[in-house]
Order: sequence, then structure tokens, then C-alpha cells
Amino acid sequence: MPLSRAINAGLRASLAGSDRVLLMGEDIGKLGGVFRITEGLQAEFGEQRVIDSPLAESGLVGTAIGLALAGFRPVVEIQFDGFVFPAFDQITSQLAKITNRLEGAVQMPVVIRIPYGGHIGAIEHHQESPEAYFTHTPGLRVVSPSTPNDGYWMIQDAIASADPVIFLEPKSKYWQKGEVDTSARALPLHASRIVRRGTDVTLVGHGAMVTTMLQAAVLAEAEGTSIEVIDLRSLSPVDYGPILESVRRTGRMVYAQEAPGFTSLGSEVAATVMERAFYALEAPVLRVSGFDAPFPPAKLEGVFLPDADRILEAVDRSLAY
Amino acid sequence: MPEDPALVRFLEADGTFAPTPAAERYRAAVDALTDADLETFYRDMAVIRAFDVQATNLQRQGQLALWPPSYGQEAAQVGSARAARTQDHIFPSYREHVVTKIRGVDPIDIIRVMRGLTHGGWDPTDPKNGNTHIYTLVLGSQTLHATGFGMGLVFDGRCGTGDADRDEAVIVYYGDGASSQGDVHEAMVFAASYRTPEVFFLQNNQWAISVPVSTQSRSPLYKRGAGYGMPSTLIDGNDVLASWAVTRAALDDARAGGGPQAIEAMTYRLGAHTTSDDPTKYRPSSEEEAWRRRDPLARMRAFLLARGASESFFAEVDAEGAALADDIRTRTNALGGLEPDEMFAHVYSEPHPLMAEQREWLAGYEASLEGGAS
Ligand SMILES: Cc1ncc(C[n+]2csc(CCOP(=O)(O)OP(=O)(O)O)c2C)c(N)n1
Repeated sequence: MPLSRAINAGLRASLAGSDRVLLMGEDIGKLGGVFRITEGLQAEFGEQRVIDSPLAESGLVGTAIGLALAGFRPVVEIQFDGFVFPAFDQITSQLAKITNRLEGAVQMPVVIRIPYGGHIGAIEHHQESPEAYFTHTPGLRVVSPSTPNDGYWMIQDAIASADPVIFLEPKSKYWQKGEVDTSARALPLHASRIVRRGTDVTLVGHGAMVTTMLQAAVLAEAEGTSIEVIDLRSLSPVDYGPILESVRRTGRMVYAQEAPGFTSLGSEVAATVMERAFYALEAPVLRVSGFDAPFPPAKLEGVFLPDADRILEAVDRSLAY
Repeated sequence: MPEDPALVRFLEADGTFAPTPAAERYRAAVDALTDADLETFYRDMAVIRAFDVQATNLQRQGQLALWPPSYGQEAAQVGSARAARTQDHIFPSYREHVVTKIRGVDPIDIIRVMRGLTHGGWDPTDPKNGNTHIYTLVLGSQTLHATGFGMGLVFDGRCGTGDADRDEAVIVYYGDGASSQGDVHEAMVFAASYRTPEVFFLQNNQWAISVPVSTQSRSPLYKRGAGYGMPSTLIDGNDVLASWAVTRAALDDARAGGGPQAIEAMTYRLGAHTTSDDPTKYRPSSEEEAWRRRDPLARMRAFLLARGASESFFAEVDAEGAALADDIRTRTNALGGLEPDEMFAHVYSEPHPLMAEQREWLAGYEASLEGGAS
């Protein structure tokens, strides 16, 4: 099933599992959300479990905090990545810090779902990669599924988490199909995953970039280079175990992301790998990213976002050391 | 539902001239309108509708990423835009196609935004664009920008001098959904505190995508103005005369130093929210039908016919609409692409090392691809 349906199924399972779980957001009820992720859920669970909210993101997240204080587990949908910023204060100043300020007396099991990233040819503010803002904020967990199976399980794990979770959905992959095993979860929420085995270079990334990295790996294989691909899955905290283990085998790493490179998640992962696996490295860790310019008009998206060729260019540079 | 006695309306749905009691205040101004004025209002509405239908078709044919139709909201927009003076400043949201056109913006510039060629579209400082600021997609943000601009006018003594030909005012457009945004409330607080020469023009088209206005507010939206200490007026937004008369009075007052005012225009989005939307999922077609019978164009047309407008006038307007639609199609097809380099051109106003570095890297990378592709 496609990622969109998998997240829908995961949300349904969580709603059915506990009547403390609430969905709230703009247009998520009758319309089922602009991406139809919540389709059918209001009809099934009613207007108090799947809430069409007023058009106010700060209001949405702020009231979700209040609902959590009252013992609910709200799951907030932000309609598009570019519209999370009106809620930024509530997320970073309030949601992320309340448990800390209350010295653990109260938990904040709030999930903020955000469709993110490019490649749908949209107009401005409809394609952003805001992950670094959130990974930079202590107190938030940030995750991103790249496959339908992860979509199905990770949304349930995020809802079950006692911490606030920023749940980043790669919107260009909503229609990408994959197997979903509803009988058992493959990995815990915080784990990274080796998606493809290889011996020459380790490629690391998350979300929509996982598909692009796999394309690069296939192309590289035709030229005799064996690439290992790792899906981060959890952007904060990062599960370094499989990454370090991989880099110790390959000696080379490239990080790929859609977001601008400067002070990005890729920068953080690269620095950490260089600190912890310095003697295993044959080349510096390289980053492939969007440019440090605002996300351009749709007609330039193809130049802005890293594609398999841009990744392979970095792979070649790494191998040249 | 009984009609709100505060409603200002001149033209009934069938085109009958029948001012409501609340409209009497504005009667003299409307009576003074010439046939030419009235015909301009109709022409504006009809021509933009032809453009709007063409743009929707262009989107359907894959020429545009998205199109937000203005179909059904022409009267609210034309009346208010025609009420502004040349020196006034316009802050639109993203559906004010005819407002921008009246102010001089070339409609192809809106097409360029929706085609994915630019995030801006036009230069608000170029006099030919009539002090019209660019579209804002983050709902409600522009209300704060408009208010700040109004504060600037106050600080610079550009309003309230008593010289009606020079005093300036600001009009900002937003929707019923946007009225829930914190930014809009904060804009009203600042506007009232600093007595900005500003009109908050709310087009209540009844729906914020799938969410009805009752989810945004349980009291009529025009009543909120009072809470911030500003007068506000309810108008029939499908009556171009009401829109013109009330906005003109509000802008005159603002320019003269009377502080901010709010207007709620009751109108209806007859089509989809945008071309990505499917209204059949959330609203009954009977509601659309009921509003279709209050179409702002039909109403004005009936009124003009009754006043003796000639058939040739309508034929001429239709031809003008068709010509604009054709012209837009031709020019859309002729729009070129973008150079990758443009991505870095205006990120900063001053030189920035990261831009220089990445521009250079990209140029080298692209050259290497061309070399390798042979
Ligand atoms: C801050 C923000 N949140 C969400 C959106 C997505 N969105 C675009 S238009 C829209 C509905 C707007 O309704 P309204 O303000 O009534 O204006 P209308 O489109 O009806 O003219 C929504 C939810 C947005 N553009 N900005």
C-alpha cells in the first residue's frame, strides 16, 4: 500500500487502541486532509476524536499542549511544511520544554505531523525541509518514515511515546507503494536501518532522500562501486550504532539531504562520525544537500534538490581520496 | 436566517436597486456614480472572470502548478479596489486577481507565480504596479505588514494632513479562515494602538478550504472590530456598489486620520478553493446553487440593462474578456524557464561568500555534466 494509506492505517489503529488519542488539524475531517491522510477517520471516530480546527497553527499546537496536560494524546496535522512556523513558538518554547520545567511531573505525548520536502512542483511555502529547526531543540524527538511499513509503525510508536514527536512525512513519497507487515514492527522508533548492503561507501540520509540514495547505489553498482545505504529514521536522537559500524567497514561516508547544508542535520552527523570513527575514515565525510538559498520556484526544484547524480559526484570525490 | 440589519446592500440579487436601511448613509455617493463608472465596475468583473476561467483551464492542462479561482468574489474585489486612490497601498492575500489588475499589475505576473517561475511576481515599488504588494501565502501574515506600513505612514505624516489628494491609506485583504490566525489579531491590536490609516477588508467566502466559517467564529466576524476599538461594517460582498461605497468611505476616513476600520464582505467562493481541491467532499451543491443565484455579475448586468445599457456594451466587454484570456494563454505558452543561477541572485542584498561558492560549484558541476553527456 502507499505511504499515505499506511499512515492512515496507523492513525486508525492508534485511535482504535485508545480513546485518549485525538487528531486535530485544518481540513482533516470531511476532506480527510489536503493529502487525504486522515480520510475516513472522522466518519469512523466522530468529530471529537478527529477535529477540524480553526485556521490557526499556534492555536493548534498550543491547545494540544493543554489537551496533553488534561491527559489526552493529541496528534496535530500541520497542512504544509511552510505553515509550521506560526506554531514555532508553541513547539520550541513550550511543547519541548514543559516536561523539563515540571521536572518530569508531566509528560507531553503530542505528535506534530508535517508533510515536508520538495518534488511535488508546488508553489512557495509548500516545500520546505525544516528538520534542523526541530532537531536543534532539546526536548523534541524528530522522526521521518521513508517506507509504508515505517509509516504504519512509526506513527503508532510516535503516538505511544511519552515525549513530543515531530513526525516528518516525505510528501513526495505519499504515493509510493511498499509492503506493510501489520503483524509485527520491524524496528523501534529510535533505530536507524541499513536499507542496502555495500562495501565501498556508506550513504546516509532520511525521508525522500532514501529513494534517491538507492537509485544512486544501483547506478554505482553498474560502475563497480558497492554502496551501503542507511535510513536514519530517527533524526533526533540519531542512532549512531549502525552508521559507525558501517563506516568502520567502508571507510567512507556521504550524507544526503534536501535541506540546505549550512548548520544542518547532515553537518551534525558528519561531525559526530568524524569524531567517533576518525581512524576508520579513508576520506572526509562529505555532504550533499540543497543549496543555502530559499527553496526556489518549482521550475528550479530539479537543480536545487540533490539527485542521484549529485550524490554520485560526492561518492566519486570520496573515492578519489 | 434573518438578514443582519447592519448589512449594507444596494443591489438585490435580481439587480433591483433597493438600498437596505444601513446603506442609506452611502446613498448620495452611489447616486453620484456615472454610467461610465458603473460600466467600469461591470467590465472589471467580467474581464477578470474570463481570465480566471482561462487560468483554471491552464492549470488543468498542466501549465500551472496551482490556481486559486476568484470566481464569485469579483464584486467585493472590484468595489474595494476601485474605491482606493492612486496613492493608496494594497496588501493582497492570494486570490485578489482583479484588485491587482485594477492597480496595474499585469495578470501574467500572477501566472508566473502559479507556474513556479517566481515566488514574488511584481515589484511593489514600480509605479506601474499601483503600490500593490505581492501575494502572501502564509495566511494572515500580510495584515501585520499592512499595519506596519500604516504605522510608517503615520510616523512620516503621510496621512491626516487634510490634503485628500496626498494623504495615503492602506487596504489589506484576508479571508474568513485567516481571521483565526494570531497575526490578524495582533495586526488589529497594533493598528488600533497606532491609529493606522488602514482598512481591514475581510472577504468572507464562507469556507476555508473544507471548514465552514462557523468553525472560525461564533459571532459575526465584522463584530470583532469593535473589540479592538475600530468601527466595522458588514456589506453584501456580491454587490459591487456596496463594496465600493463602504470601502471608499472607510479609506477616506482612514486617509483623513480617522484610524483603522474593518469591513466584512459576505460573499461566496463559487468554485473550488484551488485547483487541488474537491468541494463536493464537504459542501452541498444546493448551497452552491443558492449562491449562484446571487452571482455578482448577473446582478450588475441586470441593473445596467434596466438602466438602459446597450447590448453592444456587453458584447464589447465579452470580447475584451476573451481577448485577455487568449492573450494570457499565448503569453503563458511563451514563458521561458529559469537559469539555475537565479537561485542565488537575491538571497542577500550584499555579497555573501556562501552564495559565491555555491554558484561557482553549481556552474562547474553543470559544465561537468554537459561534458560527460557527450
Ligand atoms: C498559516 C497557513 N496555514 C495553512 C495554510 C493552508 N491554506 C491555504 S488557503 C487555506 C484556507 C484559507 O481560507 P480563507 O482565509 O477563508 O481564505 P480563502 O482561501 O477562502 O479565500 C488554508 C488552510 C496557509 N496557506 N497558511
